[in-house]
Amino acid sequence: MTEQLVIIGNGMAPGRVLEELFEAGNADYQVTIFNAEPRVNYDRIMLSPVLSGEKQFDDIVIHSDEWYAARGVTLHKGKPVIDISRERRIVTALDGTAACYDKLIIATGSTPFVPPIPGHDLDGVITYRDLDDVDTMLEVAANGGHAVVIGGGLLGLEAAAGLTERGMNVTVLHLAPSLMERQLDVAAGYLLEQALIDRGIEVITNANTKQIHGDVGVSGVELEDGQRLEADIVVIAVGIRPNITLAEGAELETNRGVIVDDAMVTSDPNIFAVGECVEHRGQCYGLVAPLYEMARVIARQLGGEDASYTGSSVSTKLKVTGIDVYSAGDFAEDENREEIVLRDAAKRTYKRLTIEEDRIIGVVLFGDARDGPWFFQQLRERRDISESRESLIFGQNYAGGARADPTAAVAALPDDAEICGCNGVCKGKILRAIEANDLNTVDDVRAQTKASSSCGSCTGLVEQLLKLRLGEDFAIDAVKPMCGCTNLSNDDVRRLIVADELKSIQAVMQALEWTTSCGCAKCRPALNYYLLSTWPGEYEDDLQSRFINERAHANIQKDGTFSVVPRMWGGVTSADELRAIADVVDRFEIPTVKCTGGQRIDLLGVKKQDLPAVWADLNAAGMVSGHAYGKALRTVKTCVGTDWCRFGTQDSTGLGVKLEKLMWGSWTPHKVKLAVSGCPRNCAEATCKDLGIICVDSGYEIHLAGAAGMQVKQTQILCNVSTEQDVIEYASAIIQLYREQAHYLDRIHGWLARVGIDTLRAQIVEDSAHRIELFERFLFSQRFSQHDPWAARAHGRESHEYLPLARIARREAPA
Amino acid sequence: MSTARDQVGDNWLDVGMLRDIPRRGARQVVTPWMPIALIRTIDDRVFAIEDRCPHKKGPLSQGIVHGSAVTCPLHNWVIGLESGQVLGPDSGCVKTLAVRNVDGRLYLELPGSNEDAA
Repeated sequence: MTEQLVIIGNGMAPGRVLEELFEAGNADYQVTIFNAEPRVNYDRIMLSPVLSGEKQFDDIVIHSDEWYAARGVTLHKGKPVIDISRERRIVTALDGTAACYDKLIIATGSTPFVPPIPGHDLDGVITYRDLDDVDTMLEVAANGGHAVVIGGGLLGLEAAAGLTERGMNVTVLHLAPSLMERQLDVAAGYLLEQALIDRGIEVITNANTKQIHGDVGVSGVELEDGQRLEADIVVIAVGIRPNITLAEGAELETNRGVIVDDAMVTSDPNIFAVGECVEHRGQCYGLVAPLYEMARVIARQLGGEDASYTGSSVSTKLKVTGIDVYSAGDFAEDENREEIVLRDAAKRTYKRLTIEEDRIIGVVLFGDARDGPWFFQQLRERRDISESRESLIFGQNYAGGARADPTAAVAALPDDAEICGCNGVCKGKILRAIEANDLNTVDDVRAQTKASSSCGSCTGLVEQLLKLRLGEDFAIDAVKPMCGCTNLSNDDVRRLIVADELKSIQAVMQALEWTTSCGCAKCRPALNYYLLSTWPGEYEDDLQSRFINERAHANIQKDGTFSVVPRMWGGVTSADELRAIADVVDRFEIPTVKCTGGQRIDLLGVKKQDLPAVWADLNAAGMVSGHAYGKALRTVKTCVGTDWCRFGTQDSTGLGVKLEKLMWGSWTPHKVKLAVSGCPRNCAEATCKDLGIICVDSGYEIHLAGAAGMQVKQTQILCNVSTEQDVIEYASAIIQLYREQAHYLDRIHGWLARVGIDTLRAQIVEDSAHRIELFERFLFSQRFSQHDPWAARAHGRESHEYLPLARIARREAPA
Repeated sequence: MSTARDQVGDNWLDVGMLRDIPRRGARQVVTPWMPIALIRTIDDRVFAIEDRCPHKKGPLSQGIVHGSAVTCPLHNWVIGLESGQVLGPDSGCVKTLAVRNVDGRLYLELPGSNEDAA
């Protein structure tokens, strides 16, 4: 007997149910479909190509009117169902059209989520869901103008790319710090952002929309931070919600979606649900592949077979022409998981596999997504990859290749194989250069051929080529990598940050092919410093890549409290300052007050949450941060010089104060301590400082590279100068050269041991033009660093740093 | 409508919002039993561990967060956030606690409430 099958909704999921059902041909149903949209079934995921102009609506129609007619299906277009009567098994549409059912399929899909931003109901504020939305966008885009897309997820970015293709100026606002954060890790999100910027799309992350402005039609968008953007259209694409109103009305079991079991049956045995409205094992899906798997299960049951759905692994691909992005599975880091990362700076690609127990569990690809489905297949099949792991990341084409020793592998390459992608240098050219010019080192090869002189990622290959030609005569240079995340040395990284104009930690990690996605506690502070010192005023300090002392602007002590050292210029203080310090000590019950080796007063045992208030009081008395916690200018020690001392030859105190006022706030590779002694008796102990000045009758001796820590180093004399202004110029030039050249955590003596004092003499003493350039670069950099960090924090900046997230009293705790 | 609290059950204590912890950062939760570090990774997972390094009791909430590990600010021991185990050449472990993130609000399961409410 023919049974009545009624379907509510005509999206892609029920369309697929019918295809499967009719194809099997083993079921006898009279089918009736109610569709709220006034048209036939079309491929919703192809709306983006329609928007961008690559396809027409007709191209994306799945089932035409004829298809339904040929199968005897009754299709009610533009008739939304408003009631399901389960006792009588009848559904009724808004216009009164009704149909009886033996089996019912609910496929009501999802509704775009619209956050309650003031102005969201203005004309021209739309979501991106169906063909009507696309038509609206096309209409507005015909006149050009400005579009704002709220939401940097899959749909939002496709809308943004489409509107850009149609000639609009598009800005994407995204609440999270990185785009498509549910599908992409931060490294891939960064590359995606760059690719969109390259297409002229403006991207604002961490963007909180405050209000949408306009009278009747939309005119602009205002962000929480006060920024205002012009807008002729606003597209909201922040997420979807399963559409469960009808199911709720019929008192079916619902949660986020309509709840179904593994047979895709709802709490009523005659009612199935399929698609985006469904919640299965706590999971709601918004992608097409799982919907098709659900559809197949329903079709088979309608045909009288057993079938069950057990959930889906999903993969995502961004449908923007020219931007290849692929994501599948779980890419979160975890200590039981390993990551395999392959970055190619020249090709701007990033590939990352997350591996757990020798199986791929997550895939993120940017720039080259061709192997996505191959990886995804292995993920779904839970295939053991331990045999192929060495070559896995290179993709399907390399799979199964033999593992060879690296020199043999290079030997096997043809002569025209490209070794250096940046400069287009092939193997044959390098080998010929080695032979013709008797080259012995990588530097020689760089000088002759330019290979390995740009990004440096082919250095290993060049070394192998040298070894191939020179045999055991060539010992591969053991350059110490910066950390386990890279093979590059600190010098290489510094050089490439400048050469390639890398201006963020993400940019460095991508361009220099970091082998981890997020760096480590070694490289992150170093990169942060290199970027800060290379790009003053441009690079934004990354506080989460700084050690706690520099993040909190105080020194952590063994018990977790902090110490506070206010600046005392040149070691000179006053009754007012001392009184203010005494008051702070009393008010905050600070247990220990001690003089430091650098002529300062140290307040020890301050509770972290008291720090901002302590600083506010010290600020009020005119004192600022002493940076006793930083890789920065610490102290300038002085003696009393000609002011008081009968042996003094110059105003050592005054000069010390001038140097400190010039240099405070400057970030350096390691701490920097100065001293100025008024005569060779050297009461300020200038000969064991990073930079020491000893005043003599004829002027000033400039000393450097001393230390009195684990290693005691006496300073070396760089030169003598005759005026205070000379001292200031030379000292600044030395510090700037140190800031630009040293490895992170090198003291000046460590750096000097590598470069040699003759280099410094040549660059600073003998080359006055170079010295003046360094001095000017130092002054420029100081324009951005001489802001008292304590004052900012006393006024509430980074307040989260100083307070616990929560305090739990015993009574609040569960019984 | 069910509240977020209903979804996690009575044994879970509301300790604040995800957005109040910086990415690759941490905040402390003070309790009568022990200090707890709530740590947020770059990909927005949140872990709760005892805020005392097994080495010299350094406050791990003040360390640098990288991947799913934190480096102690006192002597650079590295602690895995999932297991609480010390990674690398050192050894030891810290207690871990369960955290739930329900629409950006964080709930902590405290000692003495070990029955899983899920």
